[in-house]
Amino acid sequence: MSEHNILILFAHPLLEKSYANQALVKHIPSSKNITFHDLYEEYPEFDIDVNREKKLLEQHDIIIWHHPLYWYSCPPLLKQWIDMVLEHGWAYGKNGNALAGKTVFQVITTGGAQENYCATGKDRYTIPELLQPFIQSAKVCKMNYLSPFVVHGTHQMKGNDIEEIAKLYAQLLTHLSKNELNVEEINTFHYLNQWITKQLTSHE
Amino acid sequence: MNNGFFVQAIIYLTSAIVCVPVAKKMGLSSILGYLFAGIIIGPFVLGFIGSEGQDIMHFAEFGVVMMLFLIGLELDPYKFWKMRKFILGMGSLQMIGTTFLVFLLCQMILDWNWQTTLVIALSLSLSSTAIVLQTLKEKGLSQTSMGRSSFAVLLFQDIAVIPILAIIPLLVSGNVTETGGNHTSYISDFAAWLQTLIVIGTIVFVYFSGRLIIVPMLRMVAKTRLQELFTASALLLVVAVSYLMQLVGLSPALGAFLAGVVLANSEFRHELEGDIAPFKGLLLGLFFIGVGASINFQLIIENPLFILLFGAVLTAVKFLVLFGIGKIYKKSSDQNLLFSFGLSQAGEFGFVILSFSMQLNILPTILANQMMAIIALSMLSTPFLLLMNEKWIDPFFGVKEIQKKPHDKIDEHNEVIIAGFGHFGSTIGRLLKANGVQATILDHDSDRVDLLRKMGFKVYYGDATRLELLKAAGAEDAKLFIAAIDNPEVNLSVVEILRKHFPNLNILTRARNRVDAYELIDHGVNKIYRETLYTAVHLGVDALIELGHRKYSATRQGQRFIKYDEAAIRKLAAKRHDKMAYLATVKDEIEMQEQLLKNDMHINFSAADHAWDSEHLKKEIVGN
Repeated sequence: MSEHNILILFAHPLLEKSYANQALVKHIPSSKNITFHDLYEEYPEFDIDVNREKKLLEQHDIIIWHHPLYWYSCPPLLKQWIDMVLEHGWAYGKNGNALAGKTVFQVITTGGAQENYCATGKDRYTIPELLQPFIQSAKVCKMNYLSPFVVHGTHQMKGNDIEEIAKLYAQLLTHLSKNELNVEEINTFHYLNQWITKQLTSHE
Repeated sequence: MNNGFFVQAIIYLTSAIVCVPVAKKMGLSSILGYLFAGIIIGPFVLGFIGSEGQDIMHFAEFGVVMMLFLIGLELDPYKFWKMRKFILGMGSLQMIGTTFLVFLLCQMILDWNWQTTLVIALSLSLSSTAIVLQTLKEKGLSQTSMGRSSFAVLLFQDIAVIPILAIIPLLVSGNVTETGGNHTSYISDFAAWLQTLIVIGTIVFVYFSGRLIIVPMLRMVAKTRLQELFTASALLLVVAVSYLMQLVGLSPALGAFLAGVVLANSEFRHELEGDIAPFKGLLLGLFFIGVGASINFQLIIENPLFILLFGAVLTAVKFLVLFGIGKIYKKSSDQNLLFSFGLSQAGEFGFVILSFSMQLNILPTILANQMMAIIALSMLSTPFLLLMNEKWIDPFFGVKEIQKKPHDKIDEHNEVIIAGFGHFGSTIGRLLKANGVQATILDHDSDRVDLLRKMGFKVYYGDATRLELLKAAGAEDAKLFIAAIDNPEVNLSVVEILRKHFPNLNILTRARNRVDAYELIDHGVNKIYRETLYTAVHLGVDALIELGHRKYSATRQGQRFIKYDEAAIRKLAAKRHDKMAYLATVKDEIEMQEQLLKNDMHINFSAADHAWDSEHLKKEIVGN
């Protein structure tokens, strides 16, 4: 059984006020296979160390963009990270194969309920539809993009619900680090939440 | 208090207030202003003051004592110990060399007996601590190599006064006619070994009482929170130490210096400095006026050739000895010229030694008076000599003001001029250079200028407040002028000159603190960079982080704080003119702080925006 190294690129400009993300982060298992990389804590002045980031990426197989959904996109520092680190000739282009074959997905928190994210809902698009720029970027870098892990309704969440989903996140991470991934099978699920729930119940 | 006192005070103060600004306006040092004030009100021009000049001098010599106390405060024992090689080496070379040469010349040419000659040689070998240190301070040269050397030599001389005063009585064989002067001590009747013991004991006493008595006493006084009481204790301290020293036959100046060194490490250092400084300034001014007034022009007129010639030869001898020492210690020629001209005068301790010898009948009164006139004249000459050096001599021998370029190169001006290349300016220069921007540099430390030129910088050497130098450096065509001089007053006058003569020049100015920034705002400068703002905020941000705040939030708070403070300073700059007069005293600074803190209370930084904060949103959702 092969092991995967997971890199969590966490971007939250105001973590001290986000209970959902505090819980998610708190439950990340401490494992030599999982690296938690807090971008706003590393680069409060947005002066991203590109070489350091590249090295980190090279040392990991699964990359996670973990961030709240702001205005249907990521916080500015993560966009800055994408702009600066995913260089031509390294991440993409004819000779840019550093990330080829690696896996990437997003962990998203949003205040809105899942039922709002559909053609007839308030937000008019599904989350995967809104994430198209990220999906396409991953494709340009020849990476495998997985369905997102989404935490909905954070505005009205109770302590218990948050704990539940944070534990699920932890189980997802452990599972991914220890098992072979079938990308096509995973992507038949709308969210990773459903896939991991099914995996866990089938194992029991 | 009789009317005479008031009239005297009015005469002295008025003469100073009139003469010193005039001297300053003419670009001369304030010392010259005081000296001329003394000459003008003295017995030979207006005659407002006459015979009491000597008494005033005794009183004003106390200014020199206070100055040494302040110097001691700035010099903790560790620094003092580090300088011991220079103090002993340069100091003794200067004293011995000058005394020897003056003695030899006088013995060969004049027919004085050897005791007289020796006393005169010794008294003239000393330089004027008051003049030199004041000049160093005004020209901002204290931290250069010549500044430190000058200080070392002066310190040695101040210490040397003690053995000199001890030796002089031995020169008269037996028939001493004691006139009960100031400088005979109560212990002079004791055996020599006992005297030595008492002197050493006194110094040890001063050292330990500084630690064990004075500091606790000051602490107690400070607790009363009465500013004037603290001032009184500071004065008492200096007076008491001086008196104690006189009792045992040491120079009061040395005692005060010692007391200063002992207190240099105490927490009251700055407080003491602030309290004594105004007294020192006034008394030194008075001292210089006294020197001016005591120049006996009658004597000079009677025998002008002797006095002028003697004065000139003396200055030349002192200059040459110092220059030789500078060579031995491998000074660069500019620094050496400044050092040698700076210390080329005879000093106030000369007066002391001469009047002491006069009382012992070693010197005839007329000769002593002639010598005093010579000392006063030589003190008068120093500022002129330095001016001459700056204008005509140094440009030929030392580091050139403007670097000569090979003729085939077209002399293009850089877009940026940086005035002052110390720690602050050099950081800016390096950042610019790293980005391919060549800056023209103005600096007044010749050693640094030398180094920078070797490194390929374009450097103009000299006083950045001089219009010609600014023009030569290309201030007319420059895009940017960065005023980064260490001394805030000099920096401010540079900015003033620039705004007057080059109104279109874009100026970025360093300010040491809030007070400097106010001054600059008053002068219409917009781009002000306070040393104490950005670094302090940066540290504060890191402190928040250490306490567990998220880095990004702390960083944003820091950014906000800087913006807020920059806005506040402009508001307060306008406001402070509402007060009748603004003097940046300690009290005013406290008031300023109070106002700042009050303003801060009205501001809730975190409420400035609520980006990424879903609290608002939640309220709306829950409300629905």
